[in-house]
Amino acid sequence: MSALLEVRGLRVVFDGFAAIDGLDFTVEEGELRFLIGPNGAGKTTLIDVVTGLTKPASGSVRFGGEELVGKREHHIVRMGVGRTFQTATVFEDLTVVENLDLADSFRLPLRSLFRRRRGVSDAVASALEVADLTALADKPAGVLSHGQRQWLEIGMLLVQKPKLLLLDEPVAGMSRSERERTGELLHEIASTHTVVVVEHDMEFLRKYARKVTVLHQGHVLREGSVAEVQEDPEVREVYLGRAKGKAVG
Amino acid sequence: MTLGRISLVVCIVLLALAPLTLSPFRLGLLAKYLCFAIVAVGIALAWGQGGMLTLGQGVFFGLGGYAMAMYLKLKEAGSAGLPDFMVWSGVEQLPALWKPFGNPVFALAAVVLLPGLVAFLLGLLVFRQRVRGAYFAILSQALAAAFVILLVGQQGLTGGTNGMTNFTQFFGLDLTDPNGQRAVYAVAAVVLGVTFLVAKLLVRSRFGRLLVAVRDGEDRVRFLGYDPAVVKTITFTISAVMAGLAGALFVPIVGIISPALLGIVPSLELLVGVAVGGRFVLAGAIAGAIAVNYAKTLFSEDFAEGWLYLQGGLFVLVLVFAPKGLAGVVESVRYRLSSRKQTPTGSGSGSAPVEVTA
Repeated sequence: MSALLEVRGLRVVFDGFAAIDGLDFTVEEGELRFLIGPNGAGKTTLIDVVTGLTKPASGSVRFGGEELVGKREHHIVRMGVGRTFQTATVFEDLTVVENLDLADSFRLPLRSLFRRRRGVSDAVASALEVADLTALADKPAGVLSHGQRQWLEIGMLLVQKPKLLLLDEPVAGMSRSERERTGELLHEIASTHTVVVVEHDMEFLRKYARKVTVLHQGHVLREGSVAEVQEDPEVREVYLGRAKGKAVG
Repeated sequence: MTLGRISLVVCIVLLALAPLTLSPFRLGLLAKYLCFAIVAVGIALAWGQGGMLTLGQGVFFGLGGYAMAMYLKLKEAGSAGLPDFMVWSGVEQLPALWKPFGNPVFALAAVVLLPGLVAFLLGLLVFRQRVRGAYFAILSQALAAAFVILLVGQQGLTGGTNGMTNFTQFFGLDLTDPNGQRAVYAVAAVVLGVTFLVAKLLVRSRFGRLLVAVRDGEDRVRFLGYDPAVVKTITFTISAVMAGLAGALFVPIVGIISPALLGIVPSLELLVGVAVGGRFVLAGAIAGAIAVNYAKTLFSEDFAEGWLYLQGGLFVLVLVFAPKGLAGVVESVRYRLSSRKQTPTGSGSGSAPVEVTA
């Protein structure tokens, strides 16, 4: 049993509409998996269910053999599942270092939280470096650009040392150079972590993806390498039929 | 930072000089303002740092106040007697609820534990259910209303609408004597100082940073592995304990505790000072609470009717034009001055204290 994440028979219903319907999904330890699909395919919903934000109607989500459904969000994080959001949310009134430090401190016992932060932990220092934010360490996160916020969020995820990282559209809205930087970052992270990435950007996908899962209308349509998936007529139809001409998303 | 240090020293000196220069009457008023300032520190923590708009601090103020008043009444009545208001309402035997309050240690512990426990249980219940924002505000206000009804209804137990008055001693101090009053003032000043220090340390700690994070993105905090309900409950409890301490000091200083001091309107009044002074800055909240209550005294002496309108107007003006209060105004003036010195062009990428509507 090397499967880190096992989703079985998942069904999520919003107001009578099944956003996810009979989904099975498995991620092995050490994998870098891309999750694609047209709007409304259920990609973000899947991440929401795994992280406890959304409660499924039925089905199970096992992480390292343990059931996640029914657990509260912060317990799931404490078990080692971390995520980012489509719109990076960092704490704007806190400095960059404080943001990272909070992410780093969640395993501290409550009573030591009442002490003041002294200096910067090794994990935070290396996250600052990885996210290329060392120069901005003491600036409030509110002044960061969109791309820098995404990196800060990824940095916050890294200092938490999760076993599984779920990244929701990490390059959406980024400039070309930012995207490249993020791609490199992703590769670095994937060499030491299990990562699931939701992404629309095809160019980004071709460059960095190994294995891809295509979702459509709440279930898995195809799974395979980038080339296999791209050749697949059904996948093509789903994409072209729905979002002709424009970049998918 | 240095400006903050200087103002702190100035404030301490002024507070220390007050007993030497003010008449006993004025000193008593100042001591009363200090009580409200202690409550203000708690509100600034819960509301300013934690985003919990608590409209029911009067409840915790009252719990602390009544606990203290019960002890003082029993002490005065002696070992066999009954408190005066009980005699008037025809109560013949000391109610069981009152008995432990004859013990000073118990009473002092109750001043802290009673408001703390109520806030803790309420917080646990409410914050775990993710009640927040306006819903929490309304709930806390309803609590204040219910508390007053409870107090008024239990005439024989609480003194009803009249509450309790005629306190003559406070732990061996004669409250009718100017020296005793000075001593009580000194206790209030010290408690305010300690409260301020505790709040300051809390704000600067990791917990304080976490509290701000919960205020600005409660749902995001969950995904950092923290339970926001715990953070909010702890903060709410601390703020309630501060209000309780203030209530306990209010009793010997002002000489009365009654439901009229604790209901919806007084609870809101506690908030006005904090809003005017600046809820995001502890010192601002303290200054605001003292200033607004001083203004209240000033205006009520001359035209009592006008004060309510003035207070309401002040509250609206501050919320519209300076949502960060006077402290926010000071901050932005300071920022403008310092940025003019450094970069004449202005438009830097620095941390401008731009008004952000949260």
